[in-house]
Amino acid sequence: MAILEIKNLHAEVDNKEILKGVNLTIKGGETHAIMGPNGTGKSTLASVVMGHPKFTVTKGEILLDGQDVLEMTVDERSRAGLFLGMQHPAEVPGVTNSDFIKTAMNARMEKGKNVSLFKFIRELDKAVEGLKMNEDLPHRYLNEGFSGGEKKRNEILQMKLLKPSIAILDEIDSGLDVDALKIVGENVTAMKSDSLGLLLITHYQRLLDYIKADVVHVMMKGKIVKSGDISLIERIDQEGYDWIKEELGIDDERVVIPEEEKRAVLGTCATKEALKL
Amino acid sequence: MSEKTKQDIGNIIGDYKYGFKTDSKSILDTGKGLTEEVVRYISKVKNEPQWMLDFRLKSYEIFKSKPNPTWGPDLSEIDFDQITYFIRSSEKSESDWDEVPEEIKDTFDKLGIPEAEQKFLAGVSTQFESEVVYHSTIKELEDQGVIFTDTDTALREYPELFKEYFSKVVPPRDNKYAALNSAVWSGGSFIYVPKGVKVEKPLQSYFRINSEQMGQFERTLIIVDEGASVNYVEGCTAPIYTKHSLHAAIVEIFVKKGGHCRYSTVQNWANNIINLVTKRTLVEEDGHMEWIDGNIGSKINMKYPACILKGDRAKGTTISIAFAGEGMNQDTGAKMIHIGKDTTSKIISKSISARGGRVNYRGMIRHDKKAIGAKSNVECDTIILDDISVSDTLPYNIVKNNSAQVQHEATVSKVSEEQLFYLMSRGLTEEQATEMIIMGFIEPFAKELPMEYAVELNQLIKLEMEGSIG
Repeated sequence: MAILEIKNLHAEVDNKEILKGVNLTIKGGETHAIMGPNGTGKSTLASVVMGHPKFTVTKGEILLDGQDVLEMTVDERSRAGLFLGMQHPAEVPGVTNSDFIKTAMNARMEKGKNVSLFKFIRELDKAVEGLKMNEDLPHRYLNEGFSGGEKKRNEILQMKLLKPSIAILDEIDSGLDVDALKIVGENVTAMKSDSLGLLLITHYQRLLDYIKADVVHVMMKGKIVKSGDISLIERIDQEGYDWIKEELGIDDERVVIPEEEKRAVLGTCATKEALKL
Repeated sequence: MSEKTKQDIGNIIGDYKYGFKTDSKSILDTGKGLTEEVVRYISKVKNEPQWMLDFRLKSYEIFKSKPNPTWGPDLSEIDFDQITYFIRSSEKSESDWDEVPEEIKDTFDKLGIPEAEQKFLAGVSTQFESEVVYHSTIKELEDQGVIFTDTDTALREYPELFKEYFSKVVPPRDNKYAALNSAVWSGGSFIYVPKGVKVEKPLQSYFRINSEQMGQFERTLIIVDEGASVNYVEGCTAPIYTKHSLHAAIVEIFVKKGGHCRYSTVQNWANNIINLVTKRTLVEEDGHMEWIDGNIGSKINMKYPACILKGDRAKGTTISIAFAGEGMNQDTGAKMIHIGKDTTSKIISKSISARGGRVNYRGMIRHDKKAIGAKSNVECDTIILDDISVSDTLPYNIVKNNSAQVQHEATVSKVSEEQLFYLMSRGLTEEQATEMIIMGFIEPFAKELPMEYAVELNQLIKLEMEGSIG
């Protein structure tokens, strides 16, 4: 049974501290949810656990089954059993979805061994069907031209095939309509088992209607400020976050004021970007 | 990105697997340097008609009078006195592979040419140094009246057809290296596809430079008659020497009314080759010319395949990739000249520079006064893999009528951190992830190549990166 331990985690970006001492333990078989308003560090936590190079960990530790995660490269973390379903999955033109997933599955095999093509196609087809995705999806370029909902489903598709022991789903509900949310929820719920620890990051309780959480945490100012059982969700749903802020004497819960990120990614037009069109 | 990855990517060009040389004795060569005597000699040993000798001599005068072009890479290092302009390695062009001299056969065997022929080609021509040493066409094509031979033979056997088209779209005056080629040309492919004949399988030529400081000046002439179509594939390699060799070819193509020609090159010259090639097509009404142009090797490469879209609704397409590694300068692009009404053109250029290489896109789009309703679309994407590599995009757009539509889109980027993170978060190593992003980047090009060439191209890239995985 996997266990992910996050201890007194501090992390910064551009010399600004975003995570200010996060403590959290997730075991196989458990489902945790982190809620909280925008800009409180929820997504940063997810990115830091996975090892996004943008962030620097300044203090604390992350252990997966006792192994030091912070010493691992991003791919090593993945192969050790971590999975991050991203809020904004990158688009990779020219690389087909199926090629990518197959390569990712092979990366988990013993050196020199590959997943059998037949097995791969069967599993992929089954997963595509289960998520009610378009049949042409495996042949399309990775996330390129995918709608918001397709991208999110594609994250769950990868999770299904890669079978992680700890999965973090970062705002997997954003951009999904009710029907899609239901499908994603059912698929994630179907994956629940003693060998999977889940961490759901969300603004809204509606995701938690479909995926039942055992523990609910509220994040503010780069820390987990409150934890409880499912009744916490109901209260937040009815009263919002103000009562927590009041209770804890927090004025502004945010650590980051979200700003538009600007980067040149393949497929965008550099000229337009330069001209700020 | 790690240093190692950067280096590995740089090695795509650095580690050159065709760098072996063959110990082949020439039957005759002209020695180093270029004089009027050398020009006369080449014409004489080829038993050429008087008009060709006159043409060569006139071209030689033009070559001498023209300075090196100064608008692109520095060509001043070319020492014309140190180059051997003509080497004959075999008595004649053979049509039976067994008859090809052993050393040369060995070279092409290593390059996998005979194997490729058996698999998927309708015809093969292989050139070693200055002349074609092996040639074969399937009988079916010959029965349909398709001519696929080397250019020297064509001059002898089809003098009228030859004279009608030769040098008509790239005259010697065009540029210094067109003049040089016109003076000393030897070998190359000649293709004629009669009216309405569609050649399904590709025809292929393979060009090999074997000697140091050799000049290869082949001349290719392709005529696609009305409603006909052909798919021609060309590959090039050379051994690695410390001193450079020069490759200055001319390719002239005529696509008649409703005809279609696709010309695919995967040029994988060694890093000591200076490659200066003039490629141009004249496209008539409703014709379509496609240049699929891969530039992986060479020290300096200047190549801008052109389409003159003369007929109404003629269409031109260029899809190209260029890799530049250490000490390499890839100055490539495309030209589209719109003359006819409703002509359309499309250019997709993909460039990658690494380890201090320079890769430039240099292109021209011209819409003449009469080209009413013409449209052009240009897309240039570049990936620069480190801080010491360079890339520039130099588009020239000339529009002389107000109905023209010209679109130009250019992107320059590094391998995106978000893409790397995403792929690595699924368990791919940095090397695998980078490789996958690069392969995806060149996919629009690779998918246009015949299967064997696409596999070769992918291998070329993957092999070099494999050493770093695991």
